[in-house]
Amino acid sequence: MTDRHLDQPWCVAGREFTSRLLVGTGKYRDLDETAAAVAASGAEIVTFAVRRTNLGQNADAPNLLDAVSPERYTLLPNTAGCYTARDAVRTCKLARELLDGHNLVKLEVLGDDKTLYPNVVETLKAADELVRDGFDVMVYTSDDPIVAKELETLGCSAVMPLGSLIGSGHGLLNPASLRVILENAEVPVLVDAGIGTASDAALAMEMGCAGVLMNSAIAHARHPVVMAGAMRKAIEAGREAFLAERMPRRAYAEASSPTQGRITD
Amino acid sequence: MQIQLNGERRDLDGQPTISDLVTTLGLAGRRIAVEVNEEIVPRSQHAATRLTEGDRVEVVHAIGGG
Repeated sequence: MTDRHLDQPWCVAGREFTSRLLVGTGKYRDLDETAAAVAASGAEIVTFAVRRTNLGQNADAPNLLDAVSPERYTLLPNTAGCYTARDAVRTCKLARELLDGHNLVKLEVLGDDKTLYPNVVETLKAADELVRDGFDVMVYTSDDPIVAKELETLGCSAVMPLGSLIGSGHGLLNPASLRVILENAEVPVLVDAGIGTASDAALAMEMGCAGVLMNSAIAHARHPVVMAGAMRKAIEAGREAFLAERMPRRAYAEASSPTQGRITD
Repeated sequence: MQIQLNGERRDLDGQPTISDLVTTLGLAGRRIAVEVNEEIVPRSQHAATRLTEGDRVEVVHAIGGG
């Protein structure tokens, strides 16, 4: 059995996926670059935002869903920009209508526009309402293990703590807390936000995360399509390293070459 | 009559349905969702739903985001 055969598809809300990299579609130069980066990432789940249609502009302008089609990808509408449970719930309902009843959503309720840190009080309120309304909720949250567990108890399908602030590229700033969340969780845990480069993504996977969701790390790299490929490999490498179970750390050296039969013996 | 469309006042002739409004906006056949007074109006009901004075209408679509 090779390493690759060790991994199994992962499951969220009754849907199976092979790729453990989830990507956003914001901040790209244009839709061509978006489509190329998403394809290079190998992602199967792709997030997008819901916004007012620009009225009076060219109605034939290309649409995001032409570049990233619902036939090819599992689309994950987000509630980015919502600061209250009420706005987030409204946005999810609009997204469900937009996607003909598709009920998988990424819930995020933000606290302020400087940190975009989650407002967990409003997040818990929105999660409860959405689950009762039949949504499958993948929820962006803080790295607080108690809040993560509460969200799971409310019926969220996946819990997605931040690695660091959205768009900051600082990587995983609190791996100890992430470890506690992973140990306690019975739903998939994905790191959402804060990834800066491939090693950040690999580390999250080595720790046992089900997946990683990122946008800026790819879109704001100088060469987004190249970074998308790097992230795909990092996610796979990190996952395989997790499954392979790393060697223990030692305080002192241990020779790899035999200590017998040396010509100096 | 006047409605609020995506946060801005808009004058409409007669009492159009949501389908009429969507067509006027050049958005027929586009992938959009419509909310009137904070309630979703499913696509299947656009033709049967008439707008009334003061309605707050939101027309949204998908856009790049993370």
